[in-house]
Amino acid sequence: MSEIPSVVEAKGLGLTFETADGPVHALADVDLSIRKGEFVSFIGPSGCGKTTFLRAIADLEQPTAGTITVNGTSPAMARKDRAYGYVFQAPALYPWRTIERNVALPLEIMGYAKSDQKARIARTLELVNLKGFEKKYPWQLSGGMQQRASIARALAFDADLLLMDEPFGALDEIVRDHLNEQLLELWDKTGKTICFVTHSIPEAVYLSTKIVVMSPRPGRVTDVIESTLPRERPLDIRETPEFLEIAARVREGLRAGHSYDE
Amino acid sequence: MKSILESRTFAIGTVVLAIIVIWYGFAIVLNLPWQQSVYARADLTDVPLFQWLADLYSQQRPVLPAPHQVAVEFYTSVFQANPTTPRSLIFHAWITLSATGLGFLFGTLLGILLAVSIVHNRAMDRSLMPWVIASQTIPILAIAPMIVVVLNSVGLTGLIPKALISTYLSFFPVVVGMVKGFRSPEALHLDLLRTYHASTSQVFWKLRWPASLPFLFASMKVGVAASLVGAIVGELPTGAAGGLGSRLLAGSYYGQTTQIWAALLMAATLSAGLIVAINAIQTLTSKAMGAPA
Repeated sequence: MSEIPSVVEAKGLGLTFETADGPVHALADVDLSIRKGEFVSFIGPSGCGKTTFLRAIADLEQPTAGTITVNGTSPAMARKDRAYGYVFQAPALYPWRTIERNVALPLEIMGYAKSDQKARIARTLELVNLKGFEKKYPWQLSGGMQQRASIARALAFDADLLLMDEPFGALDEIVRDHLNEQLLELWDKTGKTICFVTHSIPEAVYLSTKIVVMSPRPGRVTDVIESTLPRERPLDIRETPEFLEIAARVREGLRAGHSYDE
Repeated sequence: MKSILESRTFAIGTVVLAIIVIWYGFAIVLNLPWQQSVYARADLTDVPLFQWLADLYSQQRPVLPAPHQVAVEFYTSVFQANPTTPRSLIFHAWITLSATGLGFLFGTLLGILLAVSIVHNRAMDRSLMPWVIASQTIPILAIAPMIVVVLNSVGLTGLIPKALISTYLSFFPVVVGMVKGFRSPEALHLDLLRTYHASTSQVFWKLRWPASLPFLFASMKVGVAASLVGAIVGELPTGAAGGLGSRLLAGSYYGQTTQIWAALLMAATLSAGLIVAINAIQTLTSKAMGAPA
């Protein structure tokens, strides 16, 4: 596996927030390597630093210890190179823009040509099954469709790394299953590297090639599980013994981090 | 369909009617002493009720003119007087309106500019706001004549000094509203642009400006009313040059209370019209920005 280039490389990464109640250790001594084309899930209870780690990759938070590189450079440089697309917990669509204009937002900022913008909007909206909703405003769409639009927005420009922070956390189970399926399909089609934060064990196991189990106080990595599931994953793979075995290991990892005792 | 009782027109009509009834009541109370002295001098006693009421409501210089007297004065000075002469209320209203409009335009632009610099510059944020607030604690009536006199001495007369007084009053709500408006975008919306490595001006035009528009319209509504007050106050020291302010001043010199009330009515009409106009622009804008109908 060593010939596959690494996209994210963290060594002894620590991040401490200074608050009025004293320092909060959001991340402590995190070592992690994410290779190109991997689908990596971060799972753990609230406060385990999974979102913070994603934000550190994105240069939205500044680490206070250790090193982290993205595509071999600093996160700040990677951000300047527009190396990643970020999907937030909420769709964060601009309410005064139509869906197509929301998808166009990064393209406008990065200075893509008008004709190129059009082609990219059409392509990414098709990719997330939102064709025909170009002229709608966000409030006219359901929560699931809004989140799909925000994924389209992150895919519209050429970033090989997709950072997703609990993108389906606010959606119901049925919509979530559907979007998980679509996300896998998309990952397969585009070959992007995906970092995916979640609360849900089945979601993490279903989606990932690698599962990073984290625990809080201080936020740290307690286990890294390489999935043995095949790339091709129908929804009912979740009933197979292999799937349940991995899920059990994740659950054990979470328990080992004492996350259920508190 | 809603019943008449729930309609807005009915609600407003009821309030207006109540005000008119109370107004007529006060017109009797306040004008009575003068009427009694008139009767006393004429040695009249036992005036019939209708005569008494008619006299009370048709005094030449009543302390409080009755609503119909104001209405008649308003009608004759608006519709019957030649609008190019100082006899016409339209003539005065136009002078005031042009100063209001110009001052409001200056004030809004100045307010937006100050808000932009406050939001984008820490030093401005720390140093400017106290001065902006302090500027509004100075009574405008005290400095208005000075502004007029000072500008007069450098050759600026007429519209500009009045417009500047309007500006002085109307920039304030715009600064306060727009600072809040420019800071209104959620952290998530700002983070998003950060992930795109957007420049400060891109953040401004693509996020801060559109997000601040509801705040702009709210502060413009306050600002336009303040502008009108500023223009009228600015006209008080300029004397006979025209405008609703000078009309008010002339009315009080000559005890023409009816004229004063008619001018006040005109000022109220103007400010209502300006607010309706801003509301219309706001509706059009929010429609263009995809707000739910």
